[in-house]
Amino acid sequence: MAKLIAGVMTSHVPAIGAALDNGKSGEPYWQKVFSGYEESKNWLAEIKPDVVILVYNDHATAFSLEIIPTFALGCADEYIPADEGWGARPVPVVKGDPDLAGHIAQSVILDEFDLTIVNKMEVDHGLTVPLSLMCGQPKEWPFKVIPLCVNVIQYPPPTGNRCYNLGKAIRKAVESYDKDLRVVIFGTGGMSHQLQGPRAGFINSEFDNRFLDKLSTDPVALTKIPHLEYIREAGSEGIEMVMWLIARGALDEDAKEIRRFYHVPASNTAVGHMILENAPY
Amino acid sequence: MSTPHRPEPYEDIPGTQVFDAQRLREGYHLNMFCMSLMKDANRQVFRADEPKYLDQFPMTAEQREAVLTRQWNRMLELGGNIYYTSKLGATDGLSFQNLAALMTGSTQEQYLQMMIAGGRSPNGNRSKSEWKNRG
Repeated sequence: MAKLIAGVMTSHVPAIGAALDNGKSGEPYWQKVFSGYEESKNWLAEIKPDVVILVYNDHATAFSLEIIPTFALGCADEYIPADEGWGARPVPVVKGDPDLAGHIAQSVILDEFDLTIVNKMEVDHGLTVPLSLMCGQPKEWPFKVIPLCVNVIQYPPPTGNRCYNLGKAIRKAVESYDKDLRVVIFGTGGMSHQLQGPRAGFINSEFDNRFLDKLSTDPVALTKIPHLEYIREAGSEGIEMVMWLIARGALDEDAKEIRRFYHVPASNTAVGHMILENAPY
Repeated sequence: MSTPHRPEPYEDIPGTQVFDAQRLREGYHLNMFCMSLMKDANRQVFRADEPKYLDQFPMTAEQREAVLTRQWNRMLELGGNIYYTSKLGATDGLSFQNLAALMTGSTQEQYLQMMIAGGRSPNGNRSKSEWKNRG
């Protein structure tokens, strides 16, 4: 049977992708960001997942205001990196796992999480920057990816509690899949940041570090944070952190924290990163 | 003028337009114009004759004016969403960070230095009541 072995949380700032793609990752400003992921890359290369379920948000790329799914699960064979207005990132095409994705869709929908199924979708920096941070610049991504795209642009995003419980349903789905696969789940976005208006540049390190502490030891407490508190305390785009709770819900409540990193800034954003491992099966 | 917003609790957060259903309706055509700039062919047509390109989108006169004069905060007040207006920014060669500097009335260097120093503090920036005395 498939096993869900670990969770990786990380910010997905577009400028991180641009820095890497334009050969600036060695500059002191960016080195401070990338250095936080060196050990994590080694860890991921060592545990060799077959599939990564990657929770992220689309930034008005695959979805516009015409259609706004709250949760959209990618069930395609592959996903092309999108042109977000600057030309597409020079990264490999993302290969999917339609069989496992279809199984997850069937399982969680019958568990009363009404996902939208997507069979054709381009993917933006929300998905490819976490892959770059964790894998560097390979010719091919070293695992298949199942994108789970969450609406966090149109208010209201799903609640943290809903996200956490969806994560639990995803784990149940993975563990009922009959192939012997090693699966890792990524929760991406955050941490505190605001991109819009006169309050842009908002950063709340205290909030972020409290969030990281609770993510490790008391995730249920985080499921109770109301949207108003995210926006006021972590910035209007800090609300992306609800996506981390999907990944966290797929892990043991007492999952082991093996890696943590926090840095300000990457462009407009506080960068947060954590790896949590489930107890061995 | 933009329609007064319903008194939601998040309307108390200063310098912030929460993109809810009301703003979605107000800003739909403005944002969909920005979305059209995802295609390079459209970006070229837009650059060649901006007013003519905008004729395709039934935006309000104020939205149109805000786009043509690149009033980034005004676009947000009129229902624009930053993930969409940033596509207009990209068309102009501006990154999210460049736009943030413009929207906060900073020079690019001042904004960069503020972020390196830890960003805009939550203290004094949580409630509109704290912004009353700002110039």
